[in-house]
Amino acid sequence: MKQLDFTVRSNEKLNEQNHLIKITPTDHGPLPEMYPGQFVQVLVDTSPRIFLRRPVSINFVDNENNEIWLLIQTVGEGTRKICETPAGKTMNLIFPLGSSFTLPGESGNFLLVGGGVGTAPMLFLGKKLCEKGFSCDFLLGGRSQSDILQRSDFEQFGTLYCTTEDGSFGEKGFVTRHSVLQKKKYDFIYSCGPRPMMVAVARYAHNNGIGCEVSLENLMACGFGACLCCIEKTIRGNVCACTEGPVFNINELTWLD
Amino acid sequence: MTASGTFGYGTEYTDLIDLGRLGGIFVKGTTLEPRQGNDYPRMAETPSGMLNSVGLQNKGVDYFVEHIYPVIKTYDTHMIVNVSGSTVEDYVACAEKLAGLDKIPAIELNISCPNVKEGGMAFGTSCVSAAKVTRAVREVYPKTLIVKLSPNVTDITEIARAVEAGGADAVSLVNTFLGMAIDVESRRPKLSTITGGLSGPCIRPIAVRMVWQVFHAVKIPIIGMGGIASWQDAIEFILAGSVAVQLGTYNFIDPAVSVSIVDGILDYLDRHHISAVSELVGKIDYL
Repeated sequence: MKQLDFTVRSNEKLNEQNHLIKITPTDHGPLPEMYPGQFVQVLVDTSPRIFLRRPVSINFVDNENNEIWLLIQTVGEGTRKICETPAGKTMNLIFPLGSSFTLPGESGNFLLVGGGVGTAPMLFLGKKLCEKGFSCDFLLGGRSQSDILQRSDFEQFGTLYCTTEDGSFGEKGFVTRHSVLQKKKYDFIYSCGPRPMMVAVARYAHNNGIGCEVSLENLMACGFGACLCCIEKTIRGNVCACTEGPVFNINELTWLD
Repeated sequence: MTASGTFGYGTEYTDLIDLGRLGGIFVKGTTLEPRQGNDYPRMAETPSGMLNSVGLQNKGVDYFVEHIYPVIKTYDTHMIVNVSGSTVEDYVACAEKLAGLDKIPAIELNISCPNVKEGGMAFGTSCVSAAKVTRAVREVYPKTLIVKLSPNVTDITEIARAVEAGGADAVSLVNTFLGMAIDVESRRPKLSTITGGLSGPCIRPIAVRMVWQVFHAVKIPIIGMGGIASWQDAIEFILAGSVAVQLGTYNFIDPAVSVSIVDGILDYLDRHHISAVSELVGKIDYL
């Protein structure tokens, strides 16, 4: 874990709500090892209304260009301010934080399910699986076509399946109803997105005897285990989602009770 | 120094700062029995601050003594344990277990936690119970006894005098202010406990005022805190009457702020040709 200034290399608006911001260490130093599922805490500007840092999952690590990619959805004033940061500006980060998805020891059929901005860590996870020589499928869900982001990036690392609630892209409906789930038998499912979606994915996995990890987005203050605000109820009691998570195996959670 | 509940056991910050630069670390509130704390959500961001309702989640004093103390006793700073409880007997039993730990030179009695149903703030809002718990712990705890005061009282000087009479060596103030936030769309409270403790720069002027009032009411030293985010804020608390300060919520935003505050204070002393912080305590120039 480090606290470091980054320079914004580019800030691309992907749709009405989402920006892809690519950042590099201002001191040109090398990036530390980072793992998919981990996140960063972005200092916004400490103005009175945006007091706390904002947790953002690592979308991708581009080692060649020494860049971290952050996919940021505007959900409030803090994230809007981050999305307004132009290229050339500095951004202070505490990173890398939290647990990561467990990379499999042997090949198999892996499904990476993302919903909304929760698709973000799936790109980095896909890259890591690909580097290990494992193939994977992505199943991404959104309300409509414009919510399915970074399609060409995902396609570099695996096969892409999509659902939209309005049917404007891919199959109509929720991710858990996609036909690929009927056709293919998966060995492990990774998921990140809105909690109702992850609960549905966890239920599907559990009911079909498939191992599953989910990445949570609990409200947090510090991001490194000091404030004890972001707790998640687990079979071991209340634990910090920032240090014990954000990635949890569904068997550790109390969702399926 | 860093404030209890904002700095874990110090361990959480070792990657980010040199703990040896700190005057001390007040570790997370410790109770006799383990506590799971309150339900999620426990936090809400507010203008220049935050509400929290952690509810003293900790693994209990026995776990602390066995598993945490062996790690933190090696840190090159003063490790002070914040002690909380539901009954006077809880506080006493917890203090007794900590009294034998060589590398814990002091405890801070938390009679001001607003986020627990029993005990906590209830002890700190009445002079009689504040004095009673202080006196009971004083009898079993021979080392430095600091009592952390609640600002949720009509007159904080009365409570400060009561704990001074009860045998406290120092007071620390202030703990968080009882507050509340509501999501206007869902019309739900933002905290699972409905109300919680407000901290951050938004409370600073009230905290400075309370330190100043207590400075004129008691003879024992005051450790000031409440929304400190810069060395200027720290000096303000010292001028109001604090011999030392604790830095709390701002550790979450800038984990290295405590060290920059130490540097800022040293630079201030140098610029003003002052040899020690003690020369500044309570030295407000009223014109």
